[in-house]
This record gives sequence, structure tokens and C-alpha cells, in this order.
Amino acid sequence: MTEPRLHLGVFYTGVGQQYAWSDPGNADHTTIDTFVQIAHTLERGLFDAFFLGEGLRVRENRGQVLATDVAGRPDAITQLAALAGATTHIGLVATQNATYNFPADLARRLATLDLLSDGRAGWNVVTTDNAWTGENFRRGGWLAHDRRYERATQFVEAAKAIWSSWADDAIVGTDSWARAGSIRAVERHTDLVELTVVPTVPRSRQCRPVLFQSGDSPGGRDLAARHADVVFSANTEYEKALSYAEDLRNRLASYGRSPDSLRILPGAGVVLGATDAEATERAEWLHREQINPQRAIGFLEQYWGKDLSAYDPDGPLPDIEPDEGELDPSRGTISIANRTGKLDRIRQWRELAEDKNLSIRELVLAIHPRERIFVGTPARIADEWAHYVRTRAVDGFNLTPHRLPGTIDDVVNLLVPELQERGVYRTHYEGTTLREHLDLPPIS
Amino acid sequence: MSLFLAVELDGAGAHPAAWRASGAAPAAVILPGPLREIVTAAEEGGFTLATFADSPVPPSIGVDIAGRLEAVGRAAFVSTTTSRIGLAPSVPTATTEPFHLAAQIASLDHASRGRAAWVVEGSDSAELATVGTDGPPGEAAEVVAVVRALWDSWEDDAVIKDVATGRYLDPDKVHHVDFVGSSFSVKGPLITPRPPQGQPVVLAADTLGVAADIALVSGQDRLRERADAARDTGAGLVFAEVEVVLDAHRPAASRLADLNRATPWTTRRTRYTGSAEGLVALLADLAGTFDGVRLHPAVLAVDLPLLVEQVLPALDIPARGDTLRASLGLVKPTNRFEGSTR
Ligand SMILES: Cc1cc2nc3c(=O)[nH]c(=O)nc-3n(C[C@H](O)[C@H](O)[C@H](O)COP(=O)(O)O)c2cc1C
Repeated sequence: MTEPRLHLGVFYTGVGQQYAWSDPGNADHTTIDTFVQIAHTLERGLFDAFFLGEGLRVRENRGQVLATDVAGRPDAITQLAALAGATTHIGLVATQNATYNFPADLARRLATLDLLSDGRAGWNVVTTDNAWTGENFRRGGWLAHDRRYERATQFVEAAKAIWSSWADDAIVGTDSWARAGSIRAVERHTDLVELTVVPTVPRSRQCRPVLFQSGDSPGGRDLAARHADVVFSANTEYEKALSYAEDLRNRLASYGRSPDSLRILPGAGVVLGATDAEATERAEWLHREQINPQRAIGFLEQYWGKDLSAYDPDGPLPDIEPDEGELDPSRGTISIANRTGKLDRIRQWRELAEDKNLSIRELVLAIHPRERIFVGTPARIADEWAHYVRTRAVDGFNLTPHRLPGTIDDVVNLLVPELQERGVYRTHYEGTTLREHLDLPPIS
Repeated sequence: MSLFLAVELDGAGAHPAAWRASGAAPAAVILPGPLREIVTAAEEGGFTLATFADSPVPPSIGVDIAGRLEAVGRAAFVSTTTSRIGLAPSVPTATTEPFHLAAQIASLDHASRGRAAWVVEGSDSAELATVGTDGPPGEAAEVVAVVRALWDSWEDDAVIKDVATGRYLDPDKVHHVDFVGSSFSVKGPLITPRPPQGQPVVLAADTLGVAADIALVSGQDRLRERADAARDTGAGLVFAEVEVVLDAHRPAASRLADLNRATPWTTRRTRYTGSAEGLVALLADLAGTFDGVRLHPAVLAVDLPLLVEQVLPALDIPARGDTLRASLGLVKPTNRFEGSTR
């Protein structure tokens, strides 16, 4: 086998506190120009894909939209269709929810993106099912939480049937436009999916959109092993990445799939510097920016369920008692581990703050879950990533930028050349489709 | 008298057998390259607006074109390669989520810098079967109402980036819409900031009974009466629907006869068959009753170049502005939530 190569994508969530919006160099998050420019930079850097995240309700803090973070994002497929018209190589991946979409409608839109980009589309299948998000949709919160991956599996299977309904040589243009019998109607009457449709979109150059999966629960991993081409995981630390890769490859085997039919791309942040010390200083600035005084108060408000704006972020923890209720999903999807036990956690924080004499902001800086960030000189990070990929702990990374387009410019201009020098990164695009970029086996 | 001109650009043309007379590979109707060329030709020719017909089921279940890409995707694809023409995909109200529909058109408006429109479509039983209902939901007016509310759910100046107070946005300027319809409700706000036009332009057949900016009137009878009725119910503009077959290398009538031999063209729209000069005279006449006309060229490869070369130059077409609303002389509406604390 040839030397494994690193695959890079950019994951633009469009919302959240990772964006240091106060940095004056930050581009506008709404105008299309920002994204056309980023897509061109990524093509120059020979990236596999540009991903858009999705969240179907604007995040809130105590009933009003959350003011402190970047918010407001486009419909992902529409935005990516616009980018398809302005790019030639970059893969275009839309995060789309399997609970709050109609399967035939979503499958058709994704197939459309795949044709418009001549085989560069992908779908990151997510399953947010909470009723709070459901309030924006016809059926409301209709799906029991523990059935969300059953729905997603049936949905993906319906989509795959729709994407393979056209024979490759269907369009003939002789007596009729399509050869008789070359397009199959698709009917699904499974318990969570109901549709009858004659699909209108032929296969693309890569056959169908590449499937990504990003849930980490056993249900999520199982969906990945059954159907995904790529997993986009949160297991970025080396040891975690290695055991995650092993777990997934075992699951693959149980579905009769080869280890090479799935790519693993954990999410990651990057902060570069000319020296390691400079990079560390930048990462510290970023962390303090992400937990600025207003966000520190906002973080506690989510847990207390009460207005804490009168408290000094540099003073002691609130002396009032929190609400009894557990966390609600209005600040984004909550991991299973965090859905219960709120009061216990607050008790531990109080003890920690007292022990170490921490202010509100110092406490939040200490306890706030930190995303995995690679910090250092381009050479140091290139060495680290080369080790990850040579030992097959990952196939690459999906990078979340903190500055737009600063992070992306830095990675393309400074880190990519170092990776190329180490022989773990492409020097030109060999193929044209997203499947080809990812070195995935062709679909038969 | 001036007249706005829209043009329908789906597939190979409005005639079901148009693909036989296009002189292109049959697959061209679903490929992005030819789509881009045709939209560019319509933009350069001076049309105010291009529409993209669509449905979740095939355009033909017989011998004609069975393939079609989803229309919002098509419009978005050409948004970055055009700069003046309005882009109006057809989207049915029943087979997509109103929330997604609002975000899609808003995003098209952002991508095109203010040139998005939406042609509202109803659905038949085959279309409803794609979402597993046998309908009819009869809720088109409600879907339009909630989509319009969602477009207003962010005020124009909601993003403030106020470093001193740590606020990226002003939470008093992003609103729940709290829409409650007869069979569904939507909380809001939209995930997408307010589109550049505020309200993208809504087009709908006058018979659909929805709140449109442009009412589309097809047929031959009582035209003036129907135009007046549409204006009375709030349409800012009224367009006539006209099918077009022009004299080309062969007379229009014999072109049409050939096409109809392959597949009969049965619609209820006004159809013009003849010379370019005759069409100019018809359009000038329609300008007395209508603000604009949507043309449905029978064969895009043949009739669109003739329209651009021989018909549009002879008409008084208003100059295009920075946004589609501006091109159409429609003002940007005040946001319904301005000053609201909801
Ligand atoms: C790196 C990463 C990115 C994700 N991006 C999104 C997203 O953009 N939108 C979304 O609704 N969920 C997103 N998710 C959430 C997952 O779909 C999943 O619901 C969550 O990780 C909980 O896992 P589980 O569903 O397996 O319990 C993401 C997850 C990961 C690990």
C-alpha cells in the first residue's frame, strides 16, 4: 500500500463561540463573497471538502436569542449550490437533519447539488430530534430520542434507493428521452419513512453524494459502519482517535465492509505561530476571547436557569440557588452525558471555586469543555499530523476555523507546504470528484 | 408603454417535445453547463426575471424529458455567475417544510445579492405521495404567510458586533414568529438573517389565492377583470402568461405542427405562434392591461435567441436596478417586527 495521505476539510458551523468575531480582521459571516473566497483558498490548498454545519433553531439564552456568539447561517444546500457555480474541485458537504426533512425532498436536493458540482457533493447525516427544534417544523418533536438512528437509517436507505433508481445509460434521446424501463419508481413503507416517488435526478460522476456521519453514540457508530463513507468524529486526541478507529473498523467488518471503505476525519482547531511560544500565546488569547466576561455569565445562566447579569464576572459565584430543572437544548445539542446531573455539577464547581478562590470567569475558563486545538509552529503540527496518519489513527482532520478567513489562510499558506514536504499530503488534485479526493473505492 | 419581461427557462423549453428540436445532446437539459449558458443569454438579452419550473416528480412520465434538477439549486448555481437578472425557482408549498423553504429562498437572496424570487406552486396527488400524504392540505396561503413572517424574523440591523458589551447581535432585533396555522405551527426565528431584499419577490397564479407580489394570469378570458381582481387582493404587479413559437428557419406554425406530432402541447395559457413583429404588437397590446408578461418559449434553443435579437429590442423594458425589487419598482417593505419585543 502507498504511504497514507492526510485528507483535510474545513467545517464551518456558522454559529457558536469558536469564532472570535471581535477580531477586526474577521470577514462578514453572511455575504457570499466571504465563502467564495474561502472556497478558492481551499482549492489552492488542495483540500478535500468544505463543510457547512446546521442547526435548525437559533440558539437562545433564557427565551431570547443568544447575543454573544456568531449566529445566522444560510440553508446549506442552497449556499453550496451557489459555491458549486464558483468552484471546480472542492468537495461540498451539507450537514442535514434526518428527523426534520422529507426523505424524497432532501435526497433530490442533495442529488441536485451532486449534479451541479459534477460529483463533488456530500451529506453529513445528523439526527437532532429535540422537541425544542421541532417547534419549527410541521410535525413538531415527533420522534422518540432513542429511535432517531432508526429513522436516520431508514432515511439513508430510502435516499440510497432514490440515488440508484436511474440506470447509467437511461438517457438515450431516440424515440423517447429516456430508455423505457430505465428509471425505477421508489416506494418505502417502513415504520418511520413513507414515500412513493419517481426520481428525477440521474447518477452523478461519483454515482451519489458521499455520506458523512458525526454521531458518537453506539447508534451513531452503527449507522456509520453500515452506511457512511466518512465519519466526522469528536475523537481527536491521539489515544482516543486510535481506539475509535479500531472500534469502527471492527464494526465495519461485521457489515462485510473493508477497512478502506471508511475515512475517519475528526474535528480539530489549529492555532499557528512562528514559534511555539507565539502560538501558545495566541491560543491563550483565543480561549479568553471565547470565554469573555459576557460569555462566562451566559454559561452560568444556562446552568442556573436564571438571570445572573447583576453578578460581576470577576467576582465570586452567584449566591442564589439554581433552578431545579435539567439543561434544555436551547444552547445547542447537549451530549448524553450532560443531559442529567446538572445540580451535582454545579455543586462540584462551587467546591472548586472555593478551594482555588476562582472568580466566575476563572471558573468558566477552567471548566468549559475545550475543543481539541493543535497549537504550535507549522513544522511541529505537520510532524504530529504525519504521525497520526501514518499510524492510521485518523485519515485526516476537519478543521474548525476561529478567524474567517485568517485560520484558513494560515493553514493553506503555512501548514500545507510542511505536510507536502513530509510526503503526507497531495501536491495536486488527481481526481475531480469528492469520492476520488477521499481515496474511497468507486461505487459499483 | 413599458412592460416587464420574465422568461421560463426549465428544461429544453415549454413544449414537451422541445428536446427533439434543440440540436443538443438529450442529457443537456439536466447539465449545469447548458443551464448557465441559457441563463446568461437571458440576462444579456435584458429579461428582468428568469423562472425555473419544478415539481418533485418527473416533467414527463411518457416519452419526453424525465429528468430535472431541483429548482432552488439551479437558481443558486447561476447566482454567482449572473449579476442583474432575477432568479425565481418554483417551490411547492406542500412537499417541503415551510421553515426550510423560507431559509432556501432567503439564502438564494443572499447568494444573488438581492435577486431572489419564489414561484409558489400547489401540488397534485402524485406530488403529495412523495411526502407520504394523500392530501390535499389546502394550506398554500398559510405557508406563504409563515415564510413571509420568517423573512422578517431578523431585522436588517440585528448584527451589531458590539465589542464593548460582547454582543454579536442585538437580541431585541431577532424575533420568534409564533405562527399557528390550521395544521402546523412554526416558532422561529429563521436560521438565516434577513435577506437583502427584505422580502424576496413572491409570484403565484392568481387562482392560487395567496399573497403574491406578482400575480400570474393565464388564459384568454376576462383578462382585465382578473388583473383588476388580483390588484384588489394586494398583488403589486400582474403578469400575463404567454407561450411563444416564433418564425425561425421555418414558419412557426409548421414548427409547432411538427412538435405537436411528437407530443401534443395542451395547456391553458395564451399561445402566440408567428413572426417576431406580431409578438411585439401583441405584447404592446398586453401592456395596456398588464405590468409584465412571462414568456414560455416553446424551444429555448430556437425561440430564446429570436426573442433576444428581434423582440426585446423593440419593446420599452425598464432598466434593471441593484435588486430584483428595485428592477420591478417594488419598495423594500418595512419589517413587521420593527419595535416588537417578542
Ligand atoms: C464534529 C461534529 C460535528 C457535528 N456537527 C453537527 C451539526 O452541524 N449539526 C447538528 O445538528 N449536529 C452536529 N453534530 C452532532 C451529532 O450529529 C450528534 O447528534 C451528537 O454528536 C450526539 O451524538 P449522538 O447523536 O450519537 O448521540 C456534530 C457532531 C460532531 C462530533
